[in-house]
Amino acid sequence: MSTTEVSPARPAAASGAGPSPARRTRTFEQANRRLKWGMLAPALLFVGLMIVFPLVYTLNLSLTDAFGAVNAGKGHVGLRNFTDALGDTRRFWPAARRTVLFTVGAVVLETALGLALAMLMRKTFRGMRWVRTVLIIPLLTTPVAIGILWLLILDPTNGIANHLLTGIGLPRQDFLGSVSQSLPTLMLIDVWQWTPMMTLLLLAGLTTLPAEPEEAARVDGANGWQRFRHVVLPMLGPTLATALVLRAVDALKTFDILYATKGAGGGSDFEVETLNVYAYGLTFDYQEYGLAAAVLVLFTLFIVGVVVLLRRRGGRKAA
Amino acid sequence: MSTSSQLLSRRSFGRLAVGGAGAAGMGALGACTSRGGRPSPDTPLRVMAINHVWSQAIRRRTKEFEERIGRRVSMTLLTADQLTSSYNVKLNASGTDVDVMMVRALQEQLLFAHNGWLTDLSDRLRQDDEFAWSDFQKAPREASVTGGKILSVPVVTERPALYYRKDLVEDLGGPPRTLEQLMSAARELTSKNKGVYGFVGRGQRSGAVSQWSSFLYSHGGDFVVRGRSGIGTPEALAAYAYYGKLLARTGPPGATNMSLEQAMPIFAQGKAAFYIDADAIYSNFLDPKVSTVRETVGFAPFPAGPAGARPHNIPSWSLGISTFSLLRDDAWEFIKWAGSAEMTAALQKDGIPGARSSVWSDPASLTSFPPDLAKAMRLNAERGLGYDRPRVLQVGRARDIVGRPLVAGILGEDVRPVTRDADAEFADFLIRDNRHKET
Repeated sequence: MSTTEVSPARPAAASGAGPSPARRTRTFEQANRRLKWGMLAPALLFVGLMIVFPLVYTLNLSLTDAFGAVNAGKGHVGLRNFTDALGDTRRFWPAARRTVLFTVGAVVLETALGLALAMLMRKTFRGMRWVRTVLIIPLLTTPVAIGILWLLILDPTNGIANHLLTGIGLPRQDFLGSVSQSLPTLMLIDVWQWTPMMTLLLLAGLTTLPAEPEEAARVDGANGWQRFRHVVLPMLGPTLATALVLRAVDALKTFDILYATKGAGGGSDFEVETLNVYAYGLTFDYQEYGLAAAVLVLFTLFIVGVVVLLRRRGGRKAA
Repeated sequence: MSTSSQLLSRRSFGRLAVGGAGAAGMGALGACTSRGGRPSPDTPLRVMAINHVWSQAIRRRTKEFEERIGRRVSMTLLTADQLTSSYNVKLNASGTDVDVMMVRALQEQLLFAHNGWLTDLSDRLRQDDEFAWSDFQKAPREASVTGGKILSVPVVTERPALYYRKDLVEDLGGPPRTLEQLMSAARELTSKNKGVYGFVGRGQRSGAVSQWSSFLYSHGGDFVVRGRSGIGTPEALAAYAYYGKLLARTGPPGATNMSLEQAMPIFAQGKAAFYIDADAIYSNFLDPKVSTVRETVGFAPFPAGPAGARPHNIPSWSLGISTFSLLRDDAWEFIKWAGSAEMTAALQKDGIPGARSSVWSDPASLTSFPPDLAKAMRLNAERGLGYDRPRVLQVGRARDIVGRPLVAGILGEDVRPVTRDADAEFADFLIRDNRHKET
């Protein structure tokens, strides 16, 4: 099909001086077409350079035995890296389990607390602006700084948290050193940092909800919990689903705070080693680029799977 | 149909996307393989270094070097992990923006040599009599050689020192001379309820391995024995059990999360009676801003174990030249200047231990060290072995394996099953590592 629809040409003499309207239209559309490509090119180039090329490169790397230097000679090993990773019960599967545990634990708490805070802040009150400002402070702080801050607070020997605990007669706790306490502690630090984001997202969703359905429920005698459960929550569904997807993907990718507090390998017993930390270690500590790329491909597929699942569930609820 | 949708037909879009991706790919590949052309006179000599007292002292003196070679020097100081990651990123891309590389000969050199990232300095060193390569201590000198090529020049050396609280051990008859005495003194001085610990040391799985090496050697063990894993031997098992027991019974809580950065402040704050770590960090305990033990800290040689006192004496930091550097001659001039006998003597007088025998044998170079520390350093250097970690390509993975029984011991668990498991894993690892070496 032609991309231009031109009107019947008229003799140039009849139209007087200058190009005919048909020719003008054609010229305009040609210019428009070129301009469109010109406008699209930077974005496509960026996508190609920053997304397509690294993805293809990583995928290719995952099929090789690249070790030491990426640009050194490497042989193709088929899917061996994938089978090695999937058969690794010492590091890969425990890391995958921790990734899921950390994400589910942190996101569930953040959603519950974020929703509760958003409901509290829904109505205007004195000092609301101050409260909102204070609320976003953890969001603005860099994760590495947060990691170091909490390391100092929770230090078992010199930290203020243990001074307070021993001050009231409780035993010292090795919050970030202990194999069993590290992951829950880091989940709570993540909750401290990211609950405000959930609050702000959900608060934005709540302010857009119409007041009439809730008002009607009130007139019908529904109490506060019933109005929240059967009116507000269903209406907030799409916002909640979007917030969950955003936060879950971010939590799955958490790296900096884990690395800042526990170092390479996620602690002495790999106790907070997630897939992200594991892949980083394979790359920078072990220089096993082929295996690292395979782990990253599997991790990416896992994240895509989680997003699809959450979007489907969110879409079904919204419907 | 709208005009715009016609203009953006699938085929056109596909062509543009493929073209864009292709251009991007070619651009990226071009960037990866580019050697950067010839350097201009304004191109600085780029030195990447660890953020260490040695590097800071050198940075303060670079003006005289810049005037001599007529080129600006740009020094980037990073933490050890950041430095290694930067090398990995830059040198994997054949980056020409690194000239002089500060490397840990025992941690990275084998791998970097395998990757072809370090320039062979053998000819330059042999042809330069003034630089006197033979003046460097034997153990650090040997660690600088890989595959018969000299790839780095050691500039900072270290040995373990036993730091102790004079006021606490006075009644015990002075610092312990044996590991057995250390254990009993540490246990006697531990009062966990009062927050006082007998011993503090590194306990992180990977970070503790280098300090534990002296305990291993002093128990008669080694990481590799006749080409096979040595961590399952009775000697190694005894060293694991000893170190685990020492930290578990007399150490502070959270020891398995402790590396140098966490352990050192505990001793500096006066909360531990004994601390074994690198002698190069002694100045932290004499600094009134961070130390409460300035008046009470004492220094002693590494205590003897069943096989005698066998600490490590290693080149902790060395200088090499990137293969991709376009300024190799200037980089070599920098190494000659920074590693010269004069500079080593000047820095050693400032309390930074170097690797030159002539400087160590000059009593004037030791005046800045407390006398008992200078004596401990000299004794440890005489007795020391030239490595403190497995000498393999993948040192990071090796340390993770070797460190597992250490963590089990510190957590109070039975080290025997974990050591057996780690021994088998280390044996497999050595086979794979050798295979990598052969390729």
